[in-house]
Amino acid sequence: MSDQPRTTPPEVIVVDVREPDDTPPPPPGDHLTGTPVRVVDLAARLLDKNDVQAAANREIFRARGLRVLNLVSSPGAGKTTLLQRTLDALAPEIRCAVLVGDLETDNDAQRLRRPGVPVAQITTGGACHLDASMIQRGLDALSLPDTRLLFIENVGNLVCPASFDLGENRRVTLLSCTEGEDKPLKYPPIFTSAHVILLTKIDVAEALGFDRATALQNIRRINPHAEVIELSSRSGEGMERWLAYLRGMVA
Amino acid sequence: MHELGIAQSALERALEEMRKAGCSRVSRIVLRVGRFSGVDAESLRFAFEAVRAETPAAEAALQIDEIPPTVHCAPCDADFAPTSGPPFACPRCRTWSGTIVHGRELDLIRVEMT
Repeated sequence: MSDQPRTTPPEVIVVDVREPDDTPPPPPGDHLTGTPVRVVDLAARLLDKNDVQAAANREIFRARGLRVLNLVSSPGAGKTTLLQRTLDALAPEIRCAVLVGDLETDNDAQRLRRPGVPVAQITTGGACHLDASMIQRGLDALSLPDTRLLFIENVGNLVCPASFDLGENRRVTLLSCTEGEDKPLKYPPIFTSAHVILLTKIDVAEALGFDRATALQNIRRINPHAEVIELSSRSGEGMERWLAYLRGMVA
Repeated sequence: MHELGIAQSALERALEEMRKAGCSRVSRIVLRVGRFSGVDAESLRFAFEAVRAETPAAEAALQIDEIPPTVHCAPCDADFAPTSGPPFACPRCRTWSGTIVHGRELDLIRVEMT
């Protein structure tokens, strides 16, 4: 401590916490000529284009008497295997068709080929989800006389497909036991938007130490209204309930 | 992940408004984004800077207004403002709800132009 009185006040430190304003300065002359700024207020939904196409798809589906399911999940949750077993059981009695989306390859379409079941692969070439216009193009590629059920297998992705309406009647979200009980809490939109939530691969749940009660509780917390079905495509457990649900859609 | 497509549609709509108004430049675009819209504001800004280049909106500012979320509780027949989640528990009756009233918005609400 100095006995000398301080004569210079300390520097004032300014911490500017305002959001930076990146509005460009007006070009020279603007303030002189007084170019008026025009302001237009509107409320335009930004997924507009997709929503318009989704509505058009819905009309096409209705006109053709098609009931449409959009299957979404992480990669590897079992969408393709579930569809294989579903087509094996259902295709002989109900005319089905499949649109399947992946970034590359037609491997899934090959796996899903069945007599009398038209299948088209949509390769997105990098897009992480299917959108409504891809569905329209896929529909054009399929021959669908008398088809009652159309399954859309979306790109494996637990985030983006939630934001893109394809015009489907039912959104089906798969959660496999290998993914852990808390996926619905970590990726809510895809679970809140589902009509049906399938807990898949339950044949291996016990071996994995998967806590079914907790998973079901998490699903219920995120989406109290969805139809929840536990099943295993491999053992066949729970498949009857799923098939009954599908039969109910075309009854 | 789909912020690029959203930035693109915001830009296209803004340019359309600009042409309708007979203006030649867009100086500001205001978006209303809900917390549960699935859109990340930072990625959206990044995407917007990419798509606005070499357009009449090349110098446009992007303003993002976040909407505070509200959720509907069916048993109480009332809306509440969730403090966390989803999932959302009604502060009055503790019932879980997934009915988001506000929070999914993703709207273009204002275009400023000269």
